[in-house]
Amino acid sequence: MKIRIENVSRRDFLKAGAGLTLGLALPGAERAFAAAAKGPQGGEAAFSPNAFVRIGSDNRVTVVAKHLEMGQGTYTGLATLVAEELDADWAQVVVEGAPADAKRYNNLLWGPSQGTGGSTAIANSFEQMRHAGASARAMLVQAAAARWKVPVGEIRVKAGVVSHAKSGRKASFGELAEAAAKQPVPQEVRLKDPKDFTLIGRHVPRKDSVEKTTGRALFTQDVKLPGMLVAVVAHPPRFGATVRTVDERAARAVPGVLRVTRIPQGVAVLAHDYWTAKTGRDALQIEWDDSKAYRGSTEQILADYRKLAATPGLVARHDGDADKALGEGAKTLEAEYAFPYLAHAPMEPLNCVMRLDAQGCEVWNGEQFQTGDQHALAAFFGLKPEQVKLNMLYAGGSFGRRANPASDYVLETAHIVKAIRGEAPVKLVWSREDDMRGGYYRPLYLHRLRASLDAQGKPLAWSQRVVGQSILAGTPFESAMVKDGIDATSVEGAANLPYAIPNLQVELHTTSKDVKVPVLWWRSVGSTHTAFAAEVFLDELATAAGADPVAYRQALLGGHPRHAGVLKLATDKAGWSKPLAPAQAGKRGRGVAVHESFNSYVAQVVEVTVADDDSFKVDRVVCAVDCGIAVNPDVIRAQMEGGIGFGLSAALSGAITLKDGVVEQSNFHDYPVLRIDQMPAVEVHIVPSAAKPTGVGEPGVPPIAPALVNALFAATGKRIRTLPIGEQLKT
Amino acid sequence: MTRFILNGHKVNTAMPEDTPLLWVLRDGLELTGTKFGCGMGLCGACTVHVDGVAVKSCSTPVSAVADKQVTTIEHVDRNRVGAAVQAAWQKLDVVQCGYCQSGQVMAATALLAKTPRPSDADIDAAMAGNLCRCATYVRIRAAIHEAAKSLAGRGAA
Repeated sequence: MKIRIENVSRRDFLKAGAGLTLGLALPGAERAFAAAAKGPQGGEAAFSPNAFVRIGSDNRVTVVAKHLEMGQGTYTGLATLVAEELDADWAQVVVEGAPADAKRYNNLLWGPSQGTGGSTAIANSFEQMRHAGASARAMLVQAAAARWKVPVGEIRVKAGVVSHAKSGRKASFGELAEAAAKQPVPQEVRLKDPKDFTLIGRHVPRKDSVEKTTGRALFTQDVKLPGMLVAVVAHPPRFGATVRTVDERAARAVPGVLRVTRIPQGVAVLAHDYWTAKTGRDALQIEWDDSKAYRGSTEQILADYRKLAATPGLVARHDGDADKALGEGAKTLEAEYAFPYLAHAPMEPLNCVMRLDAQGCEVWNGEQFQTGDQHALAAFFGLKPEQVKLNMLYAGGSFGRRANPASDYVLETAHIVKAIRGEAPVKLVWSREDDMRGGYYRPLYLHRLRASLDAQGKPLAWSQRVVGQSILAGTPFESAMVKDGIDATSVEGAANLPYAIPNLQVELHTTSKDVKVPVLWWRSVGSTHTAFAAEVFLDELATAAGADPVAYRQALLGGHPRHAGVLKLATDKAGWSKPLAPAQAGKRGRGVAVHESFNSYVAQVVEVTVADDDSFKVDRVVCAVDCGIAVNPDVIRAQMEGGIGFGLSAALSGAITLKDGVVEQSNFHDYPVLRIDQMPAVEVHIVPSAAKPTGVGEPGVPPIAPALVNALFAATGKRIRTLPIGEQLKT
Repeated sequence: MTRFILNGHKVNTAMPEDTPLLWVLRDGLELTGTKFGCGMGLCGACTVHVDGVAVKSCSTPVSAVADKQVTTIEHVDRNRVGAAVQAAWQKLDVVQCGYCQSGQVMAATALLAKTPRPSDADIDAAMAGNLCRCATYVRIRAAIHEAAKSLAGRGAA
């Protein structure tokens, strides 16, 4: 069955000034639908040499992106790789999202699974997408050679033009597309030598800039299908609670409320529009059954974790004999660091559009985890996975939230669709409050660190205990990534501490059996806390040793040249060897941190000014990144800028707290996120590299919080060990 | 029934008078460039112009704009300042996820219409109500300066 997105392009109609009352615009919907349906409205497909490239006789090159564009620039990056080897003109390239099909579109670093995360998009696609472009190019060249009856070796391709110098003949890709489609697909293609790159490593404009500055970009929130109902759900205030009784009368009395239905997640109210559905939802009278609900409080969790941290945990790293060496140093240090639950809070609150018919289920979503969601929906509806069609739309941020092994909001939509027996397509819309209180947070963690220094101040022993919930326990990733009880995401960034310390022990206490707050990865995952503990504690060691924090680190990084390289670049560019310019008023300080995550290396130098009233401003951040070959340098800079802002937001004020199981925050007034007046100047420097590219979506985040806390220490002598920083300088 | 002028054209809506303008635009009139972010006027994703002033449409009942001029992202390019802002945004590749950017463009356009050469402090004051979780703030600031420069270069229209 073919369906039409209802709100097709009537924008021009409006612009033309036709008299109208209702019904205007959404040009993007038509495009996105057409792309998903591969119907006659879609980009032409005269030549489709592989799953990733289509070339139309209209000369348009369509790159099929297997990864979600959630802001990190992946549509631009994947298209750059194809266009480079295809020798396309950047202007002729358009990008569309791939359908769910793990056979063709799996993440090569995830095995047979399709999805986006772990800063893997460019890393896993670098050769695959270049091959796709190169084989398309080879077929265009073969077609030109056959048409012009000249040797293949004499054909040149540049900026979308195929030419033969001797005969002076030229053709566009579009003119050759049909003929190219008849050529055999080459068994082998040669990829370019990096010195011949014309797009990789250069500046190309983002593919989504125009749509996203004109309001035309299509997000899930913008989809409207014929007859579609909007669903708003009353969720329980405590995790694990269920509905005991519900009085629907007031909700049903709201004009326009069409359905009220109980689902396992709560009570759904449906109407033709959000405001009516939300008004109905807010009018429900619900008594919740808390008998199975989690009723913990942040204070109690922290107290319990503190007790655990005093006892040995499972060993994640064991070099030498840390326990013994802790007693043998000239000096010993101990510190505890605490990290709150964090909400992802993407700008687009969670949502999902779904319809069901005899053929199967179709979904429109900022789809980050195709294979997981496809299987979850197939199991739920009793369908085959291929009967679940997923249309991947732009996501208005995610930061990990839309890749959930539990498929939470996707299955919530499915429950509503099922409850109304598929009679209408449904758009589930979470309010900001639903989003903020909906769980799947970065877990709360507590770290206890101890160290001893020798008489020269060099670290002799380092002992670290991490306490917190496991992100992967109970998910399909558990078997692969939880070994001997140790969730790799709980200790990444700690168990692989790069510093040369002869006696090093890292231990883990996993609390998932007792603490029932739903948790999930959050942009840079384990490194969100391990980088802070490691880089702040190392600073404390340097202080105890009376050493410069940079020189102290460099002396311990002999075996890790890429860490050392970004640290040197960032500190050189920041002018670390010269004193920081004084402020007109208040105290200044400078701090540093270096961290590897997802095989990318980032160092940041932070400069702060602390005013006389102990308020402070982050003035400048100098960042160096080594992510291998820089495919899109400007996107890399943007991801460092954004990662710094995202990490700073959490460091300054991010905290989800619980009291008797109820989340105390609800919206941006009590979960404040970074605003423009808090954003520092940022300088980004990229290490030149010939290594294979690695990711940049996450690695900009981890160093900022420790570098900031180290800078505040340099300015004030006060060491902050609990995040967020909040008003701690003032106490 | 509320009547107002939307993007230069008379429109009316039968949605209840206390319905926020945002939902009249998005669900009633199907202009989805204006975004829902928080519903409390805290994030600015829903920013539109009412008689040229930047307004948070999620917390403005539609009755409050009766007979007024409402401009949304879909039409802001008709205004030379709006067009310059969009061009600067594109030149500097400001966007990441893009969800907040309609509101950012609308807020920046309102700022530049009133303050053609804003200082950094002016930008902070005018733009602090517009959140961006991708933290594109460095480029938002640069793009506002860029748009101001390009508008000044072209002279008064």
